[in-house]
Formats: sequence, C-alpha cells, structure tokens
Amino acid sequence: MHRRQTDLPLAAAVLALTVGAGLAASAILKTGPKRPPDSAPGRTARRSGFGGYQVAGRTVTIAAPRSRIYEMWRKPDHLTDFMEGLAAVQVSGEDVTWVIDTPDGHLAVETRLVEDRENEALAWRSVEGAEIDIEAKVQLRDAPVGRGTEVEAHIAWRPRAGIVGQWAARLRGADPKMRGKQELKRLKMLLETGEIATSSNRKAD
Amino acid sequence: MRALTWHGKHDVRVDTVPDPQIVNPRDAIIEITATAICGSDLHLYDAVIPGLMPGDILGHEFMGRVVETGPKSTLKKGDRVVVPFTISCGACFFCQQQQFSACDNSNPVEKQEASELLYGHAMSGLFGYSHMTGGYPGGQAEYVRVPFSDVGPIVIPEGPSDEEVLFLSDILPTGWMAAENADIQPGDNVAVWGCGPVGLFAIQSALLMGAGQVIAIDHYPHRLDLARKLGAKVIDFKQTHVLEALMEMSGGIGPDAVIDAVGMESHGFSPDALMDALKQKVGIGADNVHALRMALMAVRKGGRVSIPGVYGGLADKFPIGALMEKGLQIRTGQTHVQRYSKELLHRILEGEIDTTFLISHRLSLEDAPTGYRNFHGKQDEWTKVVLKPGMAQGS
Ligand SMILES: [Zn+2]
Ligand SMILES: [Zn+2]
Repeated sequence: MHRRQTDLPLAAAVLALTVGAGLAASAILKTGPKRPPDSAPGRTARRSGFGGYQVAGRTVTIAAPRSRIYEMWRKPDHLTDFMEGLAAVQVSGEDVTWVIDTPDGHLAVETRLVEDRENEALAWRSVEGAEIDIEAKVQLRDAPVGRGTEVEAHIAWRPRAGIVGQWAARLRGADPKMRGKQELKRLKMLLETGEIATSSNRKAD
Repeated sequence: MRALTWHGKHDVRVDTVPDPQIVNPRDAIIEITATAICGSDLHLYDAVIPGLMPGDILGHEFMGRVVETGPKSTLKKGDRVVVPFTISCGACFFCQQQQFSACDNSNPVEKQEASELLYGHAMSGLFGYSHMTGGYPGGQAEYVRVPFSDVGPIVIPEGPSDEEVLFLSDILPTGWMAAENADIQPGDNVAVWGCGPVGLFAIQSALLMGAGQVIAIDHYPHRLDLARKLGAKVIDFKQTHVLEALMEMSGGIGPDAVIDAVGMESHGFSPDALMDALKQKVGIGADNVHALRMALMAVRKGGRVSIPGVYGGLADKFPIGALMEKGLQIRTGQTHVQRYSKELLHRILEGEIDTTFLISHRLSLEDAPTGYRNFHGKQDEWTKVVLKPGMAQGS
C-alpha cells in the first residue's frame, strides 16, 4: 500500500480562498423565514445539528453492477483492501466490529447489521451499550444508462447521553467526511481498474 | 538511475535517485531513449504552477523500450513505445467517452483534494507535473514507471527514428486537438497566437484540416519563420497592430476561428501569489490573459475559440461581454492524447506530418539543466530540446 501524502502549503492556500467565499455565503444565509424542504439530501443542508448527530456522506458512481458492490459490503472482511482508514474488520454472523485508525490509535466500533436489502441497501447500527451511537448505511441505485451504480454511503453518530464525548472527538479527529469520500474513490478505482492509483515509484518497504 | 529533478525556481539538477519499480499490476517500466523539454516544463521552471516538491522528477514527453512489465500489462519486453503525458485508466466513464485527461482513476485519491477545492473536480494524473495532477515522476530520466501501460503507450514499429515519433507524447496531439477544437471548416481564416511547438503544430493541423488561411502571431523572428515555412501568413506583434491587421487580412470579417497557444506565460498562479493577493484583497492569482483577450476581440461574430495554452488560476478583466454578445464558442482542455495516438502515428508513417523540423537542440540527459536555461532564456533559437540519456555529456 502506498503512503499518504498531502500538499500542505497548496491546500492551505486553496483553503484560504474558500474560507473567504464561505464567509460571504454565511452572511446571506442568516436571513429570511423558515423555508419548505428542497430535494437535496439532508446532509447537504446549511445547518449543523441533525438531532444531535454528526453526519457525513458521499455518493460515487462506479462502473460495476449493483450485485458486485453489494457483495463487497455484505461480506466486509475485504474492505481493508481499499479502505486505508480501516485497520481491521471482524465479522461474526450479523455482528461486525470495525477497527478504525484515528490520529490517537485504534478505535473499535461494534455494530450489528440492521438492514439488508439485496443489491439495494445495507445498514449497521452500534450495539446496545456501546459508548457511541452510530449508524452506517450504504445504498445502491442504478446510475443513468451505461454508467453503472450510484453508491451512496453515509454515517451518523453521537455520543451516548451522559458520556462525555471524548470518543466522538477522536472520531471527528479522523475527519470522517473527507475519509469517507476518499475510501469510496478507492473502491471505485479498485472495481473499475483492478488497482489503486499511486504516484509512488517504489513498492512500500 | 539519473534523473532531472526540480528544486525550486530556476533550479533543476541531474541527481541519482532510486530506480522505479513495478508497483501496480498494470505498470510497465520503460528505459528512456528520448525525452523532450516542453513549454509547460518552463511553467514549472518558473515556479508558477502550484504543487511541486523539491526532488520531483520532471518530464512528460518521452519514449523508450519496455524493460519490465506488471502481470496485467499488455506490453512486451523490448517493445518500443511513445507514452502519452496523460495517465488514463481506459475504463472509467470519462475514458469511455475518450475524455482521457479527465480520467477519474489515475490521479491518486489523496492528491485530488486541492483540485476539488480549486476547480470543483480533479483531472487525470500527468507525468512530471504538479502534485495536483498526481505528482507522478516524469520521464526526463533513465527509467520511468508507466501506470495503466495497457492503455496509454503506443507501440512504434521499427523504422521511424525516435525524433519522428517522440512528439506523439504531447505537443503533436495537443496542436491537433487545438485545431479540432477550433472546428475548422474548409476555407476558414484561422489566427493562431504563439508560435511555440503547440502553436506550430496547430498551424500544421489547421492546414491539414482544410483551413484556407492561417495567420500566426508572435514576436520571435525564427519562430515566425518556422510558421511561414509551414504555410502560414505571419504577424509580428512588435511591428504590427494585430487586431487591425487581422481584420484587413480576413476581408473585414475577422478570423472564423482563433487559437490561443500562448497560455498564462510568466504572470502566473502560485500559492504565494494567491496568498499575497488575498491579503491585499485586490483579486486572486490573475493569469495573464493578454493573448486570449485579444483573440476574443479579433474573432468574427459567432466564431470559435480554442485554448490549448495552459492556465491554472483565475483571470482578471476577461472579456465576458465579447464572448456573450458575439455569440462565441470556446473549447479547451488538457489533451486527450490517447484519442489521437493511432491516427497521428499513421499520418507520420505516411509522411503527411513531419515534426522533426521543430528540434533545434539535442543534448545528453546530464546536460538537461543547460537545456532548461537556454530553452527559457533564448526562446528564439532554442525552439525544442530533445534529451537523450544514451548520449555522452557535452556532445
Ligand atoms: Zn508538453
Ligand atoms: Zn479513466
């Protein structure tokens, strides 16, 4: 597997640009009465707080049949092949423990499969008594003719009532939004090309 | 191996670096026999393209022999290949549409973030260029790792020399696509700004596509002379009012199509320039759009505008009014090289296209820094530099 590299000075410059635009946009936002809902996915709303949950999600179109993508998620042992942020997956029947890499080390999230519609949707929810309340869902739809499958993945999470959110803070430190997007792109690369692009000239030692 | 590496503005060196290896199944390793310095390498040399790191290996125009293949490569050891500068998977939606420079799967995931912030989307990986396009080690070296080697490289039959086919890697298809993007109709008047390699190949291509008259605009006498030899009329903007001349030379109508083969040149776009501009609140990384602005003014009503010249940032005083009111069409983009490889190789083998007239200097790889210095400083005589790793230094 290749090493992650970031172009920090560049990213900072670009970020500075977008921050400027963001300030202007938020000024516009703070006006007007409540509006009727629009057609956009909820997670793209210009509000924070989704009933106390943090949400992150992303859609990617993959030139592969729904069944192939469904199979990958239904038996998630192999997700570590392309998910760089996933240290391990332990599957036992309907129970799946996801071991996530965070800047502070590994985090184990115990979940149970709560929704399973073949070639359409899969969802996992944290088990009773877990420190964190989390749900992850993958939905599959046919893309416009010839483009394959639209894969939508999202997670929603919040600390259990009464528990100080140190755990949630660690998850946030892992930047689930960007990480989720990047993992989906890796999945797309793997399914469409059989490999994950790297500009590294050498195999990792 | 030895390789030409970037260390900062006007600082390139030939260093010893680790040899490349097969990393992914579709990779191949090529031993370079010829590689060229490109006008866009000068953007890197001038440090006006963001996202380069000290030690990066430059070079995106190269060819050579296959010396090693991954298990999924379709190349064979010993194959002689020219490698497109765009890295494309061949399987994604964009590759299927032959929009190879928009490939979804060749720019490493973690390198796409800056482009997504700046442009909305990330483009394909490119050899020897910015980390925004993957930061892939380039071909101004003894060896190069070529990803997706079953899609990009074009196998060259024995016969033609390296110099006859090398420019299939970038500037020939780029000039060709520039003319195609101008949608040349038989008899058209076409104006081309910039008689660098891409401008010259655009002139050649426009004439092959049936243009009635091609007018080339530059100020370097030798480059204008090359344009004239290809069959273009020429305008030296140091001695002539370009807009007036173009009107007079097109029956008072204006050119049917215009091609900006200049690009942003030296007034560029860099993280530093961005930050400075942001602080001053006067605008952001203004690309120098002088040629493009003039092209939009010159082109006839309802005409076509093709932009092969490279831009990276934002434009100040862009004549959006001329664009809309005159009903113009613009087409641009990094070249979809793989779309044109076969046809252009065929035209070279048939003797319809000659590209060797462009080459002014041949140097050893060890002399590459001299090549950069002179290609940058003496643009009139140094029209194109070809580096040959097999050649002795100083010869
Ligand atoms: Zn080039
Ligand atoms: Zn592709």
